[in-house]
Amino acid sequence: MSTINFEEIFETKLAKNEMIEPKDWMPDNYRKHLIRQISQHAHSEIVGMLPEGNWITRAPSLRSKIVLLAKVQDEGGHGLYLYTAAESLGISRDEMLDALHTSKAKYSSIFNYPTLTWADVAAIGWLVDGAAIMNQVMLQRTSYGPYSRAMIRICKEESFHQRQGYEAMTRLAFGTPAQKSMAQDALNRFWFPTLMMFGPPDKESPNSDNAVKWRIKRETNDELRQRFVNQTVPQIEYLGLNLPDANIKWNEAKNGYDFSEPNWVEFKNVINGNGPCNKERLNARVNAHKNGEWVRAAAAAYAKKLDDQTLAA
Amino acid sequence: MSDSQGPMWEVFVQKKAGQPFVHCGNLHAFDKEMALQNARDLYTRRMEGVALWVVKSEHIVASSPEDQGSFFEPANDKIFRHPTFYQVPDIIKHM
Repeated sequence: MSTINFEEIFETKLAKNEMIEPKDWMPDNYRKHLIRQISQHAHSEIVGMLPEGNWITRAPSLRSKIVLLAKVQDEGGHGLYLYTAAESLGISRDEMLDALHTSKAKYSSIFNYPTLTWADVAAIGWLVDGAAIMNQVMLQRTSYGPYSRAMIRICKEESFHQRQGYEAMTRLAFGTPAQKSMAQDALNRFWFPTLMMFGPPDKESPNSDNAVKWRIKRETNDELRQRFVNQTVPQIEYLGLNLPDANIKWNEAKNGYDFSEPNWVEFKNVINGNGPCNKERLNARVNAHKNGEWVRAAAAAYAKKLDDQTLAA
Repeated sequence: MSDSQGPMWEVFVQKKAGQPFVHCGNLHAFDKEMALQNARDLYTRRMEGVALWVVKSEHIVASSPEDQGSFFEPANDKIFRHPTFYQVPDIIKHM
């Protein structure tokens, strides 16, 4: 009788660029890594609704209001795709929500910065969604099937998010001097926090090695960050805004821009709960969950009543 | 898996009339009407379909990856089920 070597099958699949599916055997650490990454990705989508949701009632026109509503609704949807992808690995939705509400799970540090003006909403669409897309395009080819499928859906929807942000930024940058300076201010404040979204530098990234080995990630934090800068600098120049970093300079030798590293001490502080809005964001999530409790109880009671009726009939 | 969000449902979308229903993802809902409405809001916000099926995930029966080889083996050596197995004289067209 031959024994099946599960680990070998797993490695062979990875080597052949085949997807791993929920019922396939996988190493415990692969499963753990995915649960951590996918659930934190989901939390980021959900918490990410808050800074923008802050502006729905104050959007400057009906057009910008319906666009923002649609975008925020998409973010909620993205969170739901990702939660179910994580659930396919054996963690429950309740466990994930509990980890978020008790600060055991992290979410993207960018959402702990405030949205002070309408230009911040534009900057989030343009820069934050732009950075997210760069990461998510790579994740479409991640090795875990449900995560990959969620990413493919998300990328299709996300491109509207970035374009609407850049369009809003264009209106401000080519508007009155006050609007232009509002755009500049938003760019200046969001630039470095956006660069932080790609995670710590490769030499200090604790989770990168395994993620690349298992083909969960296909490019490193630094590679993605460089590509984002290369893509974004010409977009800043088109807007006629000043570059947010005096060290941004074309480097012919590396065929890309040189730029300053973000402040990684600030990054660690924000990740560890001490950013400008961490408490506010977490309270908003916990309250939303608590306030929804009676709705869930009513829905569960109604579903039970329907079941009982079916049985009696 | 049932938790405070209600049980899990699988969602199938038909893109256009006449086409097959294709699995597109899953969601939580407490009853079938809510599952259908959530599926519409989650998976067809951009006219991705003209019809939806939802079914509780616990009702899906799936084959096991470990059994893949033996389970599908019966079809493995039956090339005579394909049209190219047969020789038809060149002179005969349209067959």
